[in-house]
Amino acid sequence: MMLDLFIDLSLFTMLVATGFAIVKMRRLFGVTMMAGVFSLLSAMLLVTLDAVDVAFTEAAVGAGISTVLMLSTLTLTSRIEKKPVHTPWIPLLVVTVTGAAIIYGTLDMPHFGDANAPAQVGVAAQYMERGPEDMDIPNVVTYILASYRGYDTMGETAVVFTAGVGVLMLISGLRRRRRKHPKDEGEVG
Amino acid sequence: MHHHLILRVVTKMLVAPIILFALYVQFHGDFSPGGGFQAGVIMAVGFILYGIVYGMEKVQAVLPSWLAHKMMALGVLIYAGTGVVALFLGYDFLDYGSFSPHHPSHGQHWGIFAVEFGVLVTVTGVMISIYYAFASRRPAISDEEW
Repeated sequence: MMLDLFIDLSLFTMLVATGFAIVKMRRLFGVTMMAGVFSLLSAMLLVTLDAVDVAFTEAAVGAGISTVLMLSTLTLTSRIEKKPVHTPWIPLLVVTVTGAAIIYGTLDMPHFGDANAPAQVGVAAQYMERGPEDMDIPNVVTYILASYRGYDTMGETAVVFTAGVGVLMLISGLRRRRRKHPKDEGEVG
Repeated sequence: MHHHLILRVVTKMLVAPIILFALYVQFHGDFSPGGGFQAGVIMAVGFILYGIVYGMEKVQAVLPSWLAHKMMALGVLIYAGTGVVALFLGYDFLDYGSFSPHHPSHGQHWGIFAVEFGVLVTVTGVMISIYYAFASRRPAISDEEW
């Protein structure tokens, strides 16, 4: 129990420290690396919550792919963040108010590990109960995601596809179909 | 990155295990954490790492960008197609029991296998396409610029 508390506290401390470092830093290369560190720490926190599948995704997407994409973006822009022209107090006020509102919102949420939380008493209990005989697959997350909630996952796949198409339409090097006119030669769309 | 000998050698050694690990995460997802989304990202990382160290031409010789673009749509088609096959077998859309009517849990295994494969293909295609889209905007920058 003590060990759990120690691990949680140190992970959260590092998370907050990383956040401050990101705010203070001006070199965007460093900021990108710190964002990766932030994702990795979040992944560790998710592991302590026994959500290994989510932690896995966070580590792969957050610390892996996002960092690479941020670095690719950095090559298209400047390496140093500009000094802000306004005072830091207005953003700080906005962040404080938003944070207070969020914390106020969490007061109504069920306690951590509450057996009567809405997420536990709904359809999830049925999935857990019927899963082993319906599916014969040990990983609960896999069979809920792919079979019971197959529609949702299809939607997610479609979202990933749409996101990819959106990015390609915005920034890809795909050329516009060339017209036959010779004057368009060499023009890049 | 032509003069980074260590990076080039280590990358060459790492790419194959990364892709192997992606396949493990994909096909062992029934028993351990993981599935199509994670495996797709890891698979893409293998290609992206190769692209970063060896350059866009080399990686696009292995996986051209038109193929990555086709993969994005192909994965969704595999997923939805699994559902349509179930429809034609006289069951509900995405009811995997249809693939093995006498042994529904086997059908579930096949169905989950198929849709996770669709997810893998889409996620790999999207991640690689996005990387290509960003990386091919500018020529590779020199080391001094960082």
